Amino acid sequence: MNVTITVNGEKTSHEVEDRTLLVHYLRDAAGLTATNIGCDTSTCGSCTVLLGGESVKSCTVLAAQADGEEVRTVEGLAGDDGEMDAVQKAFQQNHALQCGFCTPGMVMAATSLLKENPDPTEDEVRWALKGNLCRCTGYHNIVQAVLAAAEGTR
Amino acid sequence: MSILGTRVVRTEDPRLLTHGATYVEDLRLPELRGAAYATFVRSPMAHARITEIDVSAALAEPGVVAVLTAKDLEGAAGGTAAANAEPLLAADVVRFAGEPVALVLTDEHYQGEDAAELVSVDYDPLDAVIGVQAGLRDETLLFPDAGTNVVSTGGAEEFDDKAFADCEVVVQRTIVNQRVAAAPLEGRAAAAGWADDRLTLWASTQNVHAVKAAVAGRLGLDADAIRVVAPDVGGGFGAKIGIDREAIAVAWAARRTGRAVRWVETRNENLMAMSHGRAQRHTLTIGGSRDGRVGAYRLEIVQDCGAYIRMGTLMPTLTTLMASGVYDLPKVEVAHRTVLTNTTPIGAYRGAGRPEATAAIERAMDLFAAEIGMDPVEVRRRNLVAPDKFPFTTPTGATYDTGEYEKALDTVLEAAGYQELRAEQQRRRERGDPLQLGVGVSTYVEITGGNPEWGETASLEVHTDGAVTVWTGSSPHGQGHATAWAMLVQDELGIPMDKITVRHGDTDVLKEGTGTFGSRSLQLGGSAVHNAAVEVKEVARELAAEEMEADPADLVLDVDSGTWTVRGVPGQGVSWARLAERAGEGGLSANTKFASAQATFPFGAHVAVVELDVETGRARLVRHVTVDDAGPVLNPILAEGQRHGGIAQGAAQALFEEMAYDEYGNPITATLMDYSFISAAELPSFELVAMETPTTANPLGVKGIGEAGTIGATPAVQSAVVDAVAHLGVRHIDMPATPEHVWTAINEARTAQ
Repeated sequence: MNVTITVNGEKTSHEVEDRTLLVHYLRDAAGLTATNIGCDTSTCGSCTVLLGGESVKSCTVLAAQADGEEVRTVEGLAGDDGEMDAVQKAFQQNHALQCGFCTPGMVMAATSLLKENPDPTEDEVRWALKGNLCRCTGYHNIVQAVLAAAEGTR
Repeated sequence: MSILGTRVVRTEDPRLLTHGATYVEDLRLPELRGAAYATFVRSPMAHARITEIDVSAALAEPGVVAVLTAKDLEGAAGGTAAANAEPLLAADVVRFAGEPVALVLTDEHYQGEDAAELVSVDYDPLDAVIGVQAGLRDETLLFPDAGTNVVSTGGAEEFDDKAFADCEVVVQRTIVNQRVAAAPLEGRAAAAGWADDRLTLWASTQNVHAVKAAVAGRLGLDADAIRVVAPDVGGGFGAKIGIDREAIAVAWAARRTGRAVRWVETRNENLMAMSHGRAQRHTLTIGGSRDGRVGAYRLEIVQDCGAYIRMGTLMPTLTTLMASGVYDLPKVEVAHRTVLTNTTPIGAYRGAGRPEATAAIERAMDLFAAEIGMDPVEVRRRNLVAPDKFPFTTPTGATYDTGEYEKALDTVLEAAGYQELRAEQQRRRERGDPLQLGVGVSTYVEITGGNPEWGETASLEVHTDGAVTVWTGSSPHGQGHATAWAMLVQDELGIPMDKITVRHGDTDVLKEGTGTFGSRSLQLGGSAVHNAAVEVKEVARELAAEEMEADPADLVLDVDSGTWTVRGVPGQGVSWARLAERAGEGGLSANTKFASAQATFPFGAHVAVVELDVETGRARLVRHVTVDDAGPVLNPILAEGQRHGGIAQGAAQALFEEMAYDEYGNPITATLMDYSFISAAELPSFELVAMETPTTANPLGVKGIGEAGTIGATPAVQSAVVDAVAHLGVRHIDMPATPEHVWTAINEARTAQ
């Protein structure tokens, strides 16, 4: 089937198998490999992207379900000049990433959280990120980064 | 001012945050264009004889390139392996659920799973050996020719009957250090391509050079015919040391089919077939006097090896080495056995044998303290190795370099407010609060940079534009080597970090290297980079002397500006770029290998505080305070990050995580829906206190920090849970301290009273 998705502001259109997952559409058809697959059971959140502005786990969404929609991945956050956005900067400043595998999904989940709740408490950040697993950081600096991003954008 | 010791944010991050890293699955190289996708058919049974494999239905599927089994391997893979080694694909017998039996190659990714389902394998079930007790019974043997499931023994050949004769109090207990999954977010992955009879293998690994040797040996290839590349690696935690059979099978399949092959495992495969960690049973005996002095400690270790020897025989030797921990004990006896079972093979997992040692001795100290009715902190204090005893050689043969154990303990207690915590605990106990407070204290020492004689390599070149390329034999997978190594070079050469590129993980470029594991990177790899910079500086001194027609001894490097001047002579001086030009391409460079004569022994103390609901048995970690002393800190951001991650994994083992099997050997936690991988919601922010006691083992004075967290945190958190219900008569709760385990312990204690 043919699927048309606006990814990071650019219209993409590809012929894919009906069963193609959104994450594979993004990685293999659209060529955006930042979004990772970490579990297949929508538990780890490595594949988190924004679909119509809402965070979704793209391993659990069919590309067909995103037909005609807008998707944003971590590749679409920085400005045209390449300058990182507030969440990305906060992740670097607070050492909120180590191996980087969970990072694109974590950043998108954090982006979604801050849109819904611009001034979260630490506890709210922790619960909002429960669906995004990280094995490296112990979450400490991720939580600090999200709180710092919230502080910075207020 | 030196950049060393300052909080430098990582230079790696902008790439990872804007475009993502390039893991094996992300490689879009010309060499891999048109690569076939590999999908493994895995055994659903823990122990069975394979009677027939029918691949015909799978072969008829669209897009199927080949379906390979052990038959195809006969004579094809020319390498050698021990009789009980893991075959690349199971031949006659499968020995754990998840063991690869066939390899399906397809044009497209999704086709692989379709075809794999159609590979028909007939199994004749054998009794499954699950748990070390079953293994030790030797009723069912994994390798009948061996005559036993026990694959190694070590330590004391027999115990001294009179070891505890002089002790007023003796406590004995058998405890479990449960099996857990390393579970890096990126699972195992490999891609292979052949050109001109030469293999290039891209692999998600912690040490490319060992992979090269392993693949050469297994496939019977000349090592020169292999190039191994590690692109970005999404976490390893020890489970990506070396290479597993699947990746070697991928390399072989690529040769056989004449087509590049790529493979990325699913999480389900990862949890079933990547090495698990821990899996030891401990019988500990501790005795001493009622004044808190421990007179003797005995530890019997039974290591579950899993179905094959990966590192199952190595782990208990490390546990044995570190058995007596930070304590100066008159008598220590340790013996270990490693036994095969029909489960996933055991390998290294963050700490690798040392967290098990610490968990055992710390539990023993708590049990002894409870028996004599003394504060567990006080018991520890009375048995610590005193600062004037270093270097200190333990009864099991470790020589600790430097340590300040009591200072670490005092520091963490003060930071945690230990006395106030005890007072709050007392208040809650007195009012019968359903939410009880538990305080757990652990002290630890570990070994890092083990096998220091293996050393580490570095090469450094200053280019004609003044930029620097560093190649390191270390192999980062999240630790931040690119930032740390650039800091070391800037500090020595005065060339700014943004002109320094750090590269790793290509056996064609850096022919020799050891890799990243056992918390060895900074002390060995960092020292190699430091020494390379020092060497280059001396080459530059000679070049600058020629350039400026001066005596080399009079040449001075101004590290702030990165220019060479002649002492006492005003002027602009000469730049690194000019010297590189003078030297010609490759002329201003150094190749070094740094090996140390001794391993290092970082230490520390942790305080964990849990709130425990006595009605449900649910424990929640509410504070975790640590002192982790690994010597001078190069970059506090990176060191703290290592501590954070380890603490979380330690807490995860203490409270949640366990790779479990049913009696038939079916893994029952083989997805992340079932395996209790710890999340942000179960953890507090951590409270870290700095302490730095240098070593003399390397020019930087540093020890390793990568595994401190799991080693210190696991026993502290476990102890806190037990402590929360100690007043109810509970002395021990096996990990993971799930609500079920805790609730059961409370009820057993109540029934016993």
